Amino acid sequence: MRHLRTATSLVALSLVTVPLAACGGGGGGGGTSNDAFKQHLTDRGPITYVQGKVNDNATHAIIAQWNKLHPDEKVTLKEQTDEADQQHDDLVRNFDAKNADYDVVSVDLVWTAEFAAKGYLQPLTGDLAIDTDGLLDSAVKGAQYNGTQYAAPTTSDGGMLYYRKDLVKTPPTTWKELFDDCKIAKQAHIDCYAGQFNKYEGLTVNASEAINGAGGSIVDKDGKTPTVDSPEAAAGLQVLVDGFKNGDIPKSAITYTEEEGRSAFESGKLLFLRNWPYVYGLAASEASSKVKGKFDVAPLPGLDGVGASTLGGHNTAISAYSDNKATAIDFVKFLQSADIQKEYMEKGSLAPIRAEVYKDPALVKKYPYLPTLLTSIENAVARPITPYYQAVTKAIQDNAYAALKGSKTSKEAVKDMAAAIQAASSGQ
Amino acid sequence: MNDNAPGSVATAPARRRLPRRRAGGSSLDPHEKRRALLLVSPAMIALAIVIGYPVVRAIWMSFQADQHVENGFFVQGGFAGLDNYKHWLLQRCGDVACPPGSTGSSFWEVVGITLFFTVVTVSIELVLGFWFAMIMNGKFRGRGLVRAAVLIPWAIPTAVTAKLWYFIFSYDGIVNHLFGAHVIWFGDKWAARSAIIVSDVWKTTPFMALLILAGLQLISDDVYEAAKVDGASAVQRFWSITVPLVKPAVVVALLFRTLDVLRMYDLPQIMTGGGAGDGNDTTTLSILVINETRNGFNSAAALSTITFLIVFGVAFLFIKFLGASATGAEPKAKR
Repeated sequence: MRHLRTATSLVALSLVTVPLAACGGGGGGGGTSNDAFKQHLTDRGPITYVQGKVNDNATHAIIAQWNKLHPDEKVTLKEQTDEADQQHDDLVRNFDAKNADYDVVSVDLVWTAEFAAKGYLQPLTGDLAIDTDGLLDSAVKGAQYNGTQYAAPTTSDGGMLYYRKDLVKTPPTTWKELFDDCKIAKQAHIDCYAGQFNKYEGLTVNASEAINGAGGSIVDKDGKTPTVDSPEAAAGLQVLVDGFKNGDIPKSAITYTEEEGRSAFESGKLLFLRNWPYVYGLAASEASSKVKGKFDVAPLPGLDGVGASTLGGHNTAISAYSDNKATAIDFVKFLQSADIQKEYMEKGSLAPIRAEVYKDPALVKKYPYLPTLLTSIENAVARPITPYYQAVTKAIQDNAYAALKGSKTSKEAVKDMAAAIQAASSGQ
Repeated sequence: MNDNAPGSVATAPARRRLPRRRAGGSSLDPHEKRRALLLVSPAMIALAIVIGYPVVRAIWMSFQADQHVENGFFVQGGFAGLDNYKHWLLQRCGDVACPPGSTGSSFWEVVGITLFFTVVTVSIELVLGFWFAMIMNGKFRGRGLVRAAVLIPWAIPTAVTAKLWYFIFSYDGIVNHLFGAHVIWFGDKWAARSAIIVSDVWKTTPFMALLILAGLQLISDDVYEAAKVDGASAVQRFWSITVPLVKPAVVVALLFRTLDVLRMYDLPQIMTGGGAGDGNDTTTLSILVINETRNGFNSAAALSTITFLIVFGVAFLFIKFLGASATGAEPKAKR
């Protein structure tokens, strides 16, 4: 009896434990890859375009246009989930399996280096080269790794400072001016400033902006050597720490992602908000928005002058395992063309990668924030470009979060950040 | 791990089987033996594929180094010896101690958090589950309805439960409204942990209650009546009859729940993402494994092997100590 019980219990135990162990699967592939780089360069045919869940009104229309023009080289859209981590993991799984069905993929800026280093992305050289003339410099660089263009920038993004123009006459350009204006918030009985401070990618973005805006930097030009252990960086981070300490940033902002901040701003409970351009259209039109016509945007503040946004956006890349690379590159170029860039902006509020589009009078009339956004993106600083981005961003998030929570000083935080980035970028 | 299975499948009376087993089970003639082997082999093969292979593969991977970048491209890491285990157990990142903000630096903290969740939730669930089971075991009108109602939380998928409680505990949620509080439930370390504990208890107490109820129903009324005749009080009856007789069922329930919580992933992942407090204060071992897979599968395999061993060790202790004595005290133990 006892043995029977032990045996059955152990079997039952294994059954419940095994899925854990099985998580470890995969992980092969890689290497300098890639004989695949030389294959199917001139082949044409139907292709699949993979991107995260479409929540704009542009993408479907744009693909329909392409399909109308190219009936023999139709593009099929495959939508992933709307969670960035899941999109990343889905791409890794399919690239690892050398899935030829993922021809053209939309790649977040920060994954580009990792995917390129894994040999997943077809280098855009030779016949597949793209014309970078007229494209925003920061966006082009964000699609490069080790000096090679591995992807084509498609949409860009930059942070802006949303402010209540009914309460604040001239928007602040420095942190000091911003926090001085907090007395206006106090009089109006609303909170003063918020950004994205929950522990996720948004915190990396916000902490980087605070650090860059104060003259500090996260990593060196090589994209991996940490330079964050500096007095400037500590001072930049300290601005946010102080904001939390004296209540200029509400306590609940430690749980904010983009959406919580937007909802606070739209319900009129916030004087200043750092957020992406997508908020503009929603705050101006949503039925629940109480700030319609009462807000405007300005470039982000810095320590002594206009600050630096973190660069956002998506690149489009061609899978090394695609069977129809000639069609794929044509489609990528199509997405970059001025007309399509305009359409992305007009229908989807997705920031263009061509400077000329920002100056289009019709568009500026419809989206008055475009000049501000262009300034933001032109001054934007890229996040570390490293194949170990997942570990590097954790190093930034964990330590910035601890500083905001007050469990370590800004000085300790940037020191630990540097050490953790160092460990991460050497693959430990 | 289940070489006993052939012997146990044969349903010979225990008394006859004991001496046989001592002789190595050789009393089957060779022909019978071969047929027995043939009959169990499909099950064995299936087990080897779905259990043996992943376990062996994960262990093998845990001794390989993760890919690293050379000349701009990732290359295979090769044999790593115990490096991946050192990364976790000794918190070594290469030649230095893992700095704060790396996954390795949080290992022991995460082990502590996981054990904390295990001890607290399982204890609460045991007490509440026992209570629920006693209620459901009574005879009263609407008993069927109560039993069905208690089951509902357990029938709801964990992901849904997690989202439900996420909304309940959100800053604008009903908990804060009801108590007029302004607690940021997923920001503070202990608030977040309490929220997770409450949700887990809500969800899995029914499971505990049902297993214990099954045990209670095996106790015949005669025993209680005899005790009553002998003048035993209700408290005495509970401690001297109910508790010892229901113990085997309780041990099984405890074992299942403990193993479950040690591997808890979905509830904290959805509610806090492993965050709160200083940023990792609700991270369980399973969450850490998943996070690590984004850095490298091999070091994640080492961590999942460590988790496997922890879970296995706890289960072993359970079976060895609680299970053994339960069998001794309960000669007719049914499983």
